[in-house]
Amino acid sequence: MNAHQSFAVGQPIAPPEAMAHAAAEPDAMVRFDSISKTYPAYRGKPGVNALQDIDFVIPRGSITGVIGRSGAGKSSLVRLINGLEKPTTGRVIVDGNDISSLAGRELRLAQRSIGMIFQHFNLLSSRTAADNIALPLEIAGWAKVDIKARVTELLALVGIGDKHDRYPSELSGGQKQRVGIARALATRPSVLLSDEATSALDPQTTRAILDLLASINRELGVTIVLITHEMSVVRQLARDVVVLDAGRVVESGHVADIFTRPQHPITQSFLAEVIGDSLPVSLASRIVAEPSAGGQAVIRIQVRGAGAGDTVVARLARELGLDVALLSARIDEIGGQHVGSLVLGIPGREDVHARVLAWLSQYQFPAEHLGYVA
Amino acid sequence: MSPELINLIIQATFESLYMVGIAALLGTAFGLPLGVFLATSRKGELFAAPIVNRVLGIVVNAARSTPFIILVVAIIPFTRLVAGTSIGSTAAIVPLTIASAPFIARLVEAAIREVDGGLIETASSFGASPLQIVFKVLIPEALPGLLLALTLAVVSLLGYSAMVGAVGGGGLGDLGIRYGYQRFMPEMMLAVVVVLIALVQLVQSVGDYLARRVNRRLRHH
Repeated sequence: MNAHQSFAVGQPIAPPEAMAHAAAEPDAMVRFDSISKTYPAYRGKPGVNALQDIDFVIPRGSITGVIGRSGAGKSSLVRLINGLEKPTTGRVIVDGNDISSLAGRELRLAQRSIGMIFQHFNLLSSRTAADNIALPLEIAGWAKVDIKARVTELLALVGIGDKHDRYPSELSGGQKQRVGIARALATRPSVLLSDEATSALDPQTTRAILDLLASINRELGVTIVLITHEMSVVRQLARDVVVLDAGRVVESGHVADIFTRPQHPITQSFLAEVIGDSLPVSLASRIVAEPSAGGQAVIRIQVRGAGAGDTVVARLARELGLDVALLSARIDEIGGQHVGSLVLGIPGREDVHARVLAWLSQYQFPAEHLGYVA
Repeated sequence: MSPELINLIIQATFESLYMVGIAALLGTAFGLPLGVFLATSRKGELFAAPIVNRVLGIVVNAARSTPFIILVVAIIPFTRLVAGTSIGSTAAIVPLTIASAPFIARLVEAAIREVDGGLIETASSFGASPLQIVFKVLIPEALPGLLLALTLAVVSLLGYSAMVGAVGGGGLGDLGIRYGYQRFMPEMMLAVVVVLIALVQLVQSVGDYLARRVNRRLRHH
């Protein structure tokens, strides 16, 4: 997809005239409208074009992952949504409000409907878990008795009802992030922004926190925007994904579509993190360019799509009457689609592997001939 | 030591405590907001006013680099204006306050700057106003550091208060000089020093205790 065009995540491309009625479109929770963000040169540091030509929509009720390497502009992008930063050009419409045009008290009121969680949790060390969660409510001017009830409810929601009076220094990383999530949800926001919220957590805790976010999205209908550099986070939680590189959106759409047919090198490299694109060392070291008597040809098949690859080895063996050896396989599931690769060994004669490649292309399996093993 | 001399020591101790106590309160009243402002008014910060920040920084540095004994005599007309007199313990509070406020401001600034910037961003993200950030985030989070800063300021003030004897300010330092040195009464000098050491120890211990009590950062179970 062309980064210069307007497009919606998981939506048909918006015609230009639709942009004029951006705020009226009921389906968009967040709309980036011709956004660019430039940081001016300061104290000898050159200016930076952090974001350019950003045009996309985050659908209401979705979980949208924004993935990119560090410096791709993810943090700037997410901070435009809650008005912590202002775009240099363009508008950011959140729930029908042009948040980029607000300032002062109006902005602060709008910010109450946008929660945010952080990589390092950012809890006040001087406040207990309960009092940390109470902070946004105090700021919003809630009555003490209402705050108390709401905090109890939130602690239960995030599964740490027993940590009411604990200080952050007495909590584990996962518990701290649960407090962070409860605090972000305190004022019943319609959007929850997650800025690398699991990057400081171990894999098991990450999984638990992502499960919690999924259930919050499901049960409260909160739209979740996940900023991450970790493919595993997008894979486990997001339905829609936006791939950022050097301040531009390079691909966006449903996770299943984007990662079964990755177009941009960045997207491909993220995919490779999950499924791996390198051969096992012991196999790679044995591969040579020339066939040897009684050796095997090595073929790699890309597996993309639901159910793909389930029967390919068996059918290949049966239909072509070959002995097929499975040398290496790595298949994972992203957005309900199978993604990965199979490395097969077949009899090492020119005519055989040409036949195999022809058969594979007939069934739309992208495949390549890697060489031979003895 | 005769009862009269002991009475003198007790009276001088109270004079010192009076001068230091009031000057610490006033110094904090001026120094705390000044320090918070210095810590939050550079470019891009909460109360961004880079030029005012610069100017105040220069004023604070000037006040801090003036030797205290010179400050005391230099501002005598101002002291007279404020306190009605330039002699006595009450008058001495004026230079003590003027010396301690910038000192406290710098210590407060350092303590506030220690607060993780991520917390300011977090509070902003849920719509806290700059003043709410100061009172609900910065000051509570910096409290252990602020208490230690105040302790340090009180200890320094005890030292300064010994110098205001030069302008008839009274207090322990004055007693030590007039009796211990000029009348050659070494036991008086010793007594004054012992009382000052005890006071400093007491102030430091109380300050450390309070700072530890409010510090939740390093609590573990």
